[in-house]
Amino acid sequence: MIINGVTIDNTFAEAFPMKATRAIITAQNEKWAMISAQAMTGFATSVIACGCEAGIERVLSPEETPDGRPGVAIMIYAMGGKGLAKQLETRAGQCVLTSPTSALFAGIEGGKPIPLGKNLRYFGDGFQIAKKIAGKRYWRVPVMDGEFLTEATTGMVDAVGGGNFLVLAESQPQALAACEAAIEAMKQIPNVIMPFPGGVVRSGSKVGSKYPALGASTNDAFCPTLKGMTKTDLSPEVESVMEIVIDGLSKADIDKAMRVGIEAVCKLGAANGIRRISAGNYGGKLGPFHFHLQEIMA
Amino acid sequence: MSALTLTLKQVPAQRVDMSPLVCQKLQGLSIADIAALELQNGKARQRVDALFTITGSDSQNLVIANSCDKLDYIGKQLEGGTLTVDGDAGAYLGLELKTGTIRVNGNSGLYSGCEMKNGLIEINGNAGDFLGGALPGNKQGMKGGTILVKGNVGARAGDHMRRGQILIEGNAGDYCGSRMLAGTIAVMGNTGRYPGYAMRRGTLLLWQAPQLSATFNDCGSHTLAFLPILFASFRTLNSRFADSSAAFNRVRRYGGDMAETGRGEVLVKL
Repeated sequence: MIINGVTIDNTFAEAFPMKATRAIITAQNEKWAMISAQAMTGFATSVIACGCEAGIERVLSPEETPDGRPGVAIMIYAMGGKGLAKQLETRAGQCVLTSPTSALFAGIEGGKPIPLGKNLRYFGDGFQIAKKIAGKRYWRVPVMDGEFLTEATTGMVDAVGGGNFLVLAESQPQALAACEAAIEAMKQIPNVIMPFPGGVVRSGSKVGSKYPALGASTNDAFCPTLKGMTKTDLSPEVESVMEIVIDGLSKADIDKAMRVGIEAVCKLGAANGIRRISAGNYGGKLGPFHFHLQEIMA
Repeated sequence: MSALTLTLKQVPAQRVDMSPLVCQKLQGLSIADIAALELQNGKARQRVDALFTITGSDSQNLVIANSCDKLDYIGKQLEGGTLTVDGDAGAYLGLELKTGTIRVNGNSGLYSGCEMKNGLIEINGNAGDFLGGALPGNKQGMKGGTILVKGNVGARAGDHMRRGQILIEGNAGDYCGSRMLAGTIAVMGNTGRYPGYAMRRGTLLLWQAPQLSATFNDCGSHTLAFLPILFASFRTLNSRFADSSAAFNRVRRYGGDMAETGRGEVLVKL
């Protein structure tokens, strides 16, 4: 399949089951909601070493938030429910409770309830106040700038992590420009996050390593500087490869995000140095969810 | 299907225990079965059809028409359905209400919503003492749900209240929120003497400045984030509390009752 001069490989991306949750952070203005959200989703690019994958889903208008203030929806993904609950709680405690004027609310109704502010309340040292409003429990925790308002729990649901595609370009700037265009388009899709820095990862990995202690290592088949030294997957004109990784609440959400992302890349096309779209295919070793590029783009 | 309507024939000489007449107990009964139910009337027991004229058939939408303040225990332990009282209700309206809605188009007596667990009680007139309170000797009053009173309420509204909300459009009597354990009481009108007397936790949300006892300490003026959420939850009510103009988030906060554990609060609109 070729779109605007860009070859879409006949391959698939592999993804795996995860647990996910969403939280809504509000603040006096969007600037401070975003600061808190960025802190909460920091150092959460990959479950390999961060314990979770997290990202900002979108900015919310005051009409969309529970307390009528500007807000940001963030999502956190982890390999298991226990790990997710732990990450959510520590991040909420250190990054939202601490952030001036912030409030924290559940972003998923239903699913299995996991603590959001339920245990953060103990920071109130006995001065915290519970309020059950319209069936939801909130905690008011006295803090130095006033009160930190948080919902007690949020919902945890089954999700899919690790959807991806690779952008193969003639130069590093062209690969990056294409990925930036893809991320801008993908940010409009609900229920997904792209957890890597700016949504883009340049150090895509393969499963396994020559070093027994490592479960993953550099994807040498797609490293342009190794073209003559390894079993490469790159043609001579490809000088840079970047990857976009997507976590989503469902396979359909990731399908949609991959489609708009690849469309944005292909719009730039061969004229802008984009040669191929491929995907992280590990021969079925990584996960049960398969995203066939040509089917998605059909 | 029209509402099952029990129209009181005449004001009884003695008080009547209406607790058998709740939606869940009437479900599946024929009109003849309902007519044959017996109610305690003073020392005597009387058939329902001796006291009421029965019309309609929808037992999940029960109407007590031509009601008077001699009818006690209306909606006791109601579990689902809608119960409408046209006229006044006696004491213990909605005692231990579990779920469902009770609407009174008149006044209600002592202990309305006493120890209720959930559901909605809407009183379009006034309510007596111990609204949403605990029965004498019991430690916990209402534990959930909402009581809305469009008129005034008597003394000790929310006595020993544990959870839920009491919304009063009119005035509240003395000792409003006495011995409160938690929950929210909102009063648009004036409050009597000693509001929040011996309250341990909970919130009294007042539109008018109260006469607080010396055991409440001024905590200053604040903008509280939970108030817009609380007011938003009122929007479905048929009440002045639902008006967006009634909402505010700027309050003077008083902590107390310091003669008790002192974790309660009186919030006064600024």
